[in-house]
Amino acid sequence: MQVQSYFSSLDNLDGELATLNLGPTHPATHGIFQNVLKMDGERIVSAEPTIGYIHRAFEKLAERRPYNQIAPITDRLNYCSSPINNMGWHMTVEKLIGCELPKRAQYMRVIIMELARIADHLVCNAVIGVDTGALTGFTYMFQERERIYEIYEEVCGARLTTNIGRIGGMERDFSPEFHEKLQKFLKDFPAKFEEFNSLLERNRIFMDRTIGAGPIAPDRALAYGFTGPNLRAAGVDYDVRVMEPYSSYDDFEFDIPIGKEGDTYDRFVVRQEEIRQSLRIIRQAYENLPQGKCHADVPAFYLPEKPDVYTKMEALIYHFKVVMQETPIPVGEVYHAVEGGNGELGFYLVSDGGRTPYRLHFRRPCFIYYQAYPEMVKGSMLSDAILTMSSMNVIAGELDA
Amino acid sequence: MINKSEMPEGYGGEGFFATSLSKAVGVARANSIWPLPFATSCCGIEFMATMGTDYDLARFGMERLSFSPRQADLLMVMGTIAKKMGPILKQVYMQMAEPKWVIAVGACASSGGIFDTYSVLQGIDKVIPVDVYVPGCPPRPEQIIDGIMKIQELVKNEPLRRRHSPEYQHLMEKYQIA
Amino acid sequence: MNLDNGTLLAAIERQFPTAILSHSEPHGMLTIETSREKIVEMLRFLKEDSETDMNFLTSLCAVHYPKQEDREMCVVYHLHSFRQNLRLRVKIFFPVNDPNTPTMTTLWPAANWMERQEYDFFGVQFTGHPDLRRILNVDDMEVFPMRKEYRLEDGTRTDKDDRFFGRDGHEGIEFD
Repeated sequence: MQVQSYFSSLDNLDGELATLNLGPTHPATHGIFQNVLKMDGERIVSAEPTIGYIHRAFEKLAERRPYNQIAPITDRLNYCSSPINNMGWHMTVEKLIGCELPKRAQYMRVIIMELARIADHLVCNAVIGVDTGALTGFTYMFQERERIYEIYEEVCGARLTTNIGRIGGMERDFSPEFHEKLQKFLKDFPAKFEEFNSLLERNRIFMDRTIGAGPIAPDRALAYGFTGPNLRAAGVDYDVRVMEPYSSYDDFEFDIPIGKEGDTYDRFVVRQEEIRQSLRIIRQAYENLPQGKCHADVPAFYLPEKPDVYTKMEALIYHFKVVMQETPIPVGEVYHAVEGGNGELGFYLVSDGGRTPYRLHFRRPCFIYYQAYPEMVKGSMLSDAILTMSSMNVIAGELDA
Repeated sequence: MINKSEMPEGYGGEGFFATSLSKAVGVARANSIWPLPFATSCCGIEFMATMGTDYDLARFGMERLSFSPRQADLLMVMGTIAKKMGPILKQVYMQMAEPKWVIAVGACASSGGIFDTYSVLQGIDKVIPVDVYVPGCPPRPEQIIDGIMKIQELVKNEPLRRRHSPEYQHLMEKYQIA
Repeated sequence: MNLDNGTLLAAIERQFPTAILSHSEPHGMLTIETSREKIVEMLRFLKEDSETDMNFLTSLCAVHYPKQEDREMCVVYHLHSFRQNLRLRVKIFFPVNDPNTPTMTTLWPAANWMERQEYDFFGVQFTGHPDLRRILNVDDMEVFPMRKEYRLEDGTRTDKDDRFFGRDGHEGIEFD
């Protein structure tokens, strides 16, 4: 193709390459990362990323916080879909202590996690639209995200950094307003989403901009540790929800969309299709929501009911122990992965029996796949490089941790 | 219902209106601020929601976001600033032309937030002077708008000679900003 | 052929009869311990052998155990075989005074930044790494902050009083 012959003529350039500093604060990079690009005119010859501008030392912080105080920290990893991070952490601890949740709690978790996935993909796709110049889709889709935020508020009280769920289940059952809001969302959202889709999916300008921008081959993607929509756009159908089902995902029927070239257009379309599949899962989970309790019977970790705390002695003692975090935690090490908005979000927890983890390592998908960025943009033009970065959905909180 | 901004006190008649220059300039400036969104983390997403249609920051006159510091009036720092980022923030602040205001949105920008760690700057007022702090983690869009309205009050009532006064020079020297 | 923990362990033992120093299955994931001399060969075998087929490096992290003599630093590799749907954890231990261990970037380019992060946090020197320098912390930091002897907070901060947080400034230094 043209790119090959271009590289063979590089030897004649000698000293004509320009160095361009993209970032760390730049309107087009959604997040804080710096890229020092060597450019030949408009084409990028090499890129060198620098990250760490929001390094908040999560792993060290987690060694100093008791188990239930780590959930708000996990919120801030991929903050566009924070319920998924929360649930991942709760499931890791439940795996360590060997706790099995009732079906109702698992279905409730699935509904919340899939709503979070929709919110995350909406941001990413709307932002791809913005970067190609289509601001309208962004303004419409953010309205839909507000509806999702209202649904979160019914469950946990917060919009963005939700801290949803507790170790052992969900903090409270769904309120009547939640049911109203979710039903309204399921009724109204698909039509609005298809409107947004029709703006971009077969739009000549959008397709010309995004097809061929930042492709990656499947074997390179696997070697670079890609997971999630980026890997599925390259053609590998790896999804943690199917490989190692957690929280009753194997009860639901859903498809995994994959792409062919791994370029920006494929990533966009894969995310669009995943939103439709997430809606399908939410419908199945909501229609078949079983009766039962919203939490497991682990009084050592889950706060007892308030009337019991005021009347019964054991409930009072458990309440005290849970709040003061004096619960004995088993010794051991566990690795648990969930399918986050960007791929396999893994938690490697080493416990030595103390109140806080001995070591907690987050396997952050954004950090791992951002390494491939220089290879993906080599030889492309600057505007394609910007599009590639925004289509990879790099969230700075997850990148730096 | 549309709220128009209030006319400053003055004496008017047919075809003329007399008021003090600082009041007129204040009203003009307060309703046409060009913000620079310095969005680093989660508060940045709440800012995007504030700019969205449900909470619409554009009705306060902030339709045009400026990403170039040279053309911005208000530096909105939203999100955690790590120590690695501190010098860059200071550089962006220094590149802005007077008069400039700073709003620290979120607990991390105000005081380090929940991240009391070795790598996080415990509040941006360690490197630049701040006018309004908006606490919250993240603050609701209504809170961010409240902070913006307070900035508008500050802008409206600022005396014209403030930036040349010795107290302001002393403030700049304290932060080692020339 | 379906792989499970037992057959995987047998396959590794067949190839490396002396290299497995210990093995266990905490929470269902086979965990084996080996030495840093054998780690590259073992992971290469696991990746390229058609029976084990561990094609994916899920994660790489380090753990600091200051109380274990001569085995303070531990590097943990999590591998995943997509076709067999099986995960494996491999650990190596080495002293903190000699924190050199071979790099995995020749097998998986994904290990590049993961190893830089562990160098940044713990000071593990990965020999053969193309570009081993700090990635997340400031470039001129002199200490390796995730080691147990360093505290979480910045000791020079003036606006927070440790007494009000129930800390006395010595957290983490004596860890038990």
